[in-house]
Amino acid sequence: MAHDTSFTNQNFKVVGTRVNRPDGMDKVTGRAKYGADLSAPGQLVGLFLRSPHAHARITKIDTSRAEKLSGVKAVITSADLPDLTNGAQLDVLENCMARDRALYDGHAVAAVAAIDQQTAKKALKLIKVSYEILPHVTDVDEAMKPGAPIIKDNIFTSGVDPKPKKPSNISKVSEFGHGDIDAGFKAADVIIEKSYKTEQTHQGYIEPHACLATVGPDGSGELWVTTQGHYTYRTACAALLGMDIAKLKVTSSEIGGGFGGKTHVWVEPIALALSRKANRPVKIVMTRDEVFRATGPTCSTSMDIKIGARKDGTITAASSVLRYQNGAFPATWAMLGAMTSWACYDLKNVHSIGYDVLCNRPKTAAYRAPSAPMAAFGVESTMDLVAAEIGMNPVEFRIKNAAKEGTRASYGPTYGPIGIGPTLEAAKNHPHMKAKLGKNQGRGMACGFWFNFGGQTCVDLNIGSDGTVNLALGTVDVGGARASMSLIAAEELGIPYEQVKANVADTSSLGHNDTTEGSRGTFSSGMATIFAARDAIEELRKRAAMMWDIPVEAVEWAEGEASAVGSEHGNLPALSLADIAKRAASTGGPIAGHNEVVADGAGVSFASHICDIEVDPETGGTKVIRYTVIQDAGKAIHPDYVEGQFQGGAAQGIGWALNEEYIYGDDGRLQNSGFLDYRIPVCSDLPFIDTEILEIPNPNHPYGIRGVGETSIVPPLAAIGNALSNAAGVRMDHTPMSPPRILKAIEEANG
Amino acid sequence: MKVSLTGSLRSAAGGIDSIDIVAEDIRELLTKVLERYPRMEEHMDTGIAVSINGEIYRDNWRKKIPQDAEVFLLPRLQGG
Repeated sequence: MAHDTSFTNQNFKVVGTRVNRPDGMDKVTGRAKYGADLSAPGQLVGLFLRSPHAHARITKIDTSRAEKLSGVKAVITSADLPDLTNGAQLDVLENCMARDRALYDGHAVAAVAAIDQQTAKKALKLIKVSYEILPHVTDVDEAMKPGAPIIKDNIFTSGVDPKPKKPSNISKVSEFGHGDIDAGFKAADVIIEKSYKTEQTHQGYIEPHACLATVGPDGSGELWVTTQGHYTYRTACAALLGMDIAKLKVTSSEIGGGFGGKTHVWVEPIALALSRKANRPVKIVMTRDEVFRATGPTCSTSMDIKIGARKDGTITAASSVLRYQNGAFPATWAMLGAMTSWACYDLKNVHSIGYDVLCNRPKTAAYRAPSAPMAAFGVESTMDLVAAEIGMNPVEFRIKNAAKEGTRASYGPTYGPIGIGPTLEAAKNHPHMKAKLGKNQGRGMACGFWFNFGGQTCVDLNIGSDGTVNLALGTVDVGGARASMSLIAAEELGIPYEQVKANVADTSSLGHNDTTEGSRGTFSSGMATIFAARDAIEELRKRAAMMWDIPVEAVEWAEGEASAVGSEHGNLPALSLADIAKRAASTGGPIAGHNEVVADGAGVSFASHICDIEVDPETGGTKVIRYTVIQDAGKAIHPDYVEGQFQGGAAQGIGWALNEEYIYGDDGRLQNSGFLDYRIPVCSDLPFIDTEILEIPNPNHPYGIRGVGETSIVPPLAAIGNALSNAAGVRMDHTPMSPPRILKAIEEANG
Repeated sequence: MKVSLTGSLRSAAGGIDSIDIVAEDIRELLTKVLERYPRMEEHMDTGIAVSINGEIYRDNWRKKIPQDAEVFLLPRLQGG
């Protein structure tokens, strides 16, 4: 049944409070079970053999010696997997296990399952792979040049007319915009055009991919796995291995970070295939080296940004050309970059074009507001350059051009109520903006946008005989789903938060739920929880009416209890949730509420960040000394978690801006596949990240919720670049803005 | 009703940026678009989102479209 999802501006009693998180105790005491924490009797250890070459034809794989090794129970190559040639899932399967060609350093070519780690390692050494090394390309600009090695012969550029007849590394071209871009630039007093590059980064989740797979002789299977979407993993694994969806039960473990990197399958189908072949449970835990080399980092990019403005600060035209390196398989990340690049601004003439490009690097995956941070680095850096050129304060320049309700977004539709203007006003008036700076220190700011979305969602709410409430959720708890949904259920039912216990259900216990991505968890499951609770309240009213033997119309639900109303029944004492639950067996059986929904109408999200940075001009070293995130949450259900999302995104963005990068050698091999050489920020690298939550209600959600999990990673690259420019007098156009790059820029500026 | 096309959807419709279609809901809209422009099929497979008066719908065939609505066809979004 379709429900009215309009915002109702209700007053909250529990929602918006900072209650204890339900998973906190387990996580700090070590009781929480992550991907690697489950074991099964007789389980085998699964390990992968991976390509040492960036691009090579696999001419032969001889597994015979490994198979004969005592303790080896199964060996898998692509020959053991279904042939999905021309199938929609071919790319996914080919990434899990190379077929005729290894497409990147680290691409899996074989896997073994053995009784222990040592035996499995020994078996890997006995597998003989014959390679014919092919030319490779790892740089996006190089991959687009005529004569570049073609990564995949079956990729023909889409998005162009007519459809090309020759394969290309450019898998897709996407254009967005409106107005007359040439006329807009002609009307400008000032035009700034600049090119930028960003290097490839990884989500850097601390927990590596891990799973325990069991497939029995009857074809039924179970998978315990760290994932952002256990239903999606079930669908993918079943399709790749020819299993029935209903016969594969997937249970999501606690998750030690995902940020988009755990939205795709990597080792899981192979774990199931090994188990099916060995008829034993198989556990796979990736090493950090494997996580870097063979999971899904975000893209490296190259881009050209151009802005024209009048001297009064009005932008007359803006354009972006974005080239995103997608790894060895087609994706649409440049398309998203093109859609998001100008979304913060009200532009009459705007054009963006995105080129999605294949390279000999790992398949790329989403990383928090995927594609938006790189585009924002170019756009927001250039915004500061234009502001400086026309002599306008950069915040005022942005406020003058900010999108608002009724603005036609650069990607097409017209905005409803949005928060870019309010976040900019809040930034302008924030004490941070007025704080004094010291020697070699500079301040910068930048804005960011992300769409947010909803999707398929399903919630069960079951009331126990003592009146406590069990919530079964299908969205994996990556950022507070259990706490937030418990708050919402408590709010609706009118009971204390502590009376609700939320769990993430396995795939056999609840209908399909889309992956927890796109900042959809609180928006979508929140909607389903509200209506599941209201469904349960209807049942509670019926049961109370039965207990009182009065019409249900005479029963109201408020403050966690049923009251009989009207002159005829108004003197009856109220019945609590526990009173009604206690009599459930006599009044019709278990009391439950349920809701399934395709949650649409997710409100778009905007943020403005302020950053102070200190630069050591002798070394190029930097220190972020103050950082503030201001973002629109729509409604903060649990403010601690919302602030945590703001802070986490900013911290990851700071790492991306200053230190993190995939470094490839001339041989096309990754040089820094560990946390010692790929440096993510630790606590001592960061100041306390200040936050300000704005609440501009999403009109399409009963509570006004927007997603909050992604936007906060969008502005930091540019905010830091702008702060650096003001601190050291050099404009950085290449991330990471690491000490060697900064020092080089300072030395060049000083002649 | 004017339906605006964005991104690579334009090339699937021969390079035009909008089409006129009469449709009561998203399902009817997508069916008619596919009938008229068979090359849209590759995009339908990966997913198309429909923006109605600024609100983006990804999967909801039942969603009614007011005849005076601003309608955009967008590529399907992915998130992290």
